[in-house]
Amino acid sequence: MKTVSSLLDSAWHERYKKISSLNIRSSIYDVTNQCNLRCKGCFFFSSNEHQAANEEMDIGKWSRFVQKEKERGVNLAILIGGEPTLYLDRLETFYNMLPTYCATNGLIKIPRERFPDMMVGISLWGDEEDEKLLRGKDTFAVSGKNYKGDPNTYYLYTITPKQVGRIEHVISKIADVGLKVHLQLLTNDENVDGFFWTEGKLKDVRAEMDDMLEKYPSTVISCKYYHEIITTGRMMKRAFGWAECPSVTEPLDNRNPQPKRLIRFIRWASDLQTMHRCCTSATRDCSTCKDGAAHMSWVMVNKRGHLNSTKDLQNWIEVYEMFAKLYRFIPW
Amino acid sequence: MLMNRNKKAMIFRVAEIIIHELKLEEITPETFDPDLDLVNELGVDSMDLATIALVLQDEYCIIIDEDDYPKLRNIRMIADYIEKKQIA
Repeated sequence: MKTVSSLLDSAWHERYKKISSLNIRSSIYDVTNQCNLRCKGCFFFSSNEHQAANEEMDIGKWSRFVQKEKERGVNLAILIGGEPTLYLDRLETFYNMLPTYCATNGLIKIPRERFPDMMVGISLWGDEEDEKLLRGKDTFAVSGKNYKGDPNTYYLYTITPKQVGRIEHVISKIADVGLKVHLQLLTNDENVDGFFWTEGKLKDVRAEMDDMLEKYPSTVISCKYYHEIITTGRMMKRAFGWAECPSVTEPLDNRNPQPKRLIRFIRWASDLQTMHRCCTSATRDCSTCKDGAAHMSWVMVNKRGHLNSTKDLQNWIEVYEMFAKLYRFIPW
Repeated sequence: MLMNRNKKAMIFRVAEIIIHELKLEEITPETFDPDLDLVNELGVDSMDLATIALVLQDEYCIIIDEDDYPKLRNIRMIADYIEKKQIA
């Protein structure tokens, strides 16, 4: 029987032991239904999730809710929206009680005196041209200034099919403002012309992501196995999709058989009562979903599936480490 | 002596359950080292532990709190844990 120590040398085994004891229990929270942008392709608005529930306005109820989430065993609050920074008091209820990550478009600067070490992920959808086309403005021009050199901030660069061959321009801009970047791919939820992935484009973008990782190792937080999984949608000869996705809200998960999944994961709407089906939109075709966190989690929950060979297990460790870095469980 | 036999039987049965629930290959209850670290060596994660715990709860009429999972690092520790729970 293959064991971890039979597959890894002592250095890799130490890395394995550091992450195997983390026991991350994440959930996702819609902080608000409002946003200061309306991006073409944003799943939250394209699937009408912004109308799924009325926002809870009583900050005391937010505070009591977060306490209950902590008691439920959540140890990572992932705040999305809408735009979470529109309601800093709600952010603060999470930040004061739980390890917290805030996804933002970066147009509003989070005051570091109130949130000194909260991890912030800034969404970026490409270069100036694509940003203006899809989001109505070049957000980097603002977010880059707001967060320049912030050690607890990184860009979440959603690569679109039109960006293939032009990624380095964006990566170098990010490196120039002293920030890090994680890569993921656009899921074209609103069928915007020219933004569909093809097999050829996916192959090309994988090669380009690998190149960027090699060329900007201290800027790009990623690994080649993740690039393989996200571009092929396949892991261990299995295809990503509804039957495999780990990021389904647990109380709504009636799949049979149950796949390996995130324990206790719930995506909460902003009324703090309604649950969404999964980490993205219920209207999305899971077989074409490119959500980066869902694919990372897919690898992470299938640890024993990676005990086939040294390379497989090392791949699993690299993906887990990447996730742990992005959510501040281990340092960069 | 009786205690030792019972303990051995329990260790054997826990090994059977783990092998069955995790669909482990290339190992039998006889060859399963009761001191093998399930997390650091076998790659067991908390969902695996939850699956095993459900079966153990039914089999031994005990409740296993998730907070106790860190105590269940190998088969011998699981058997010790079950014994203590049954006495309590």
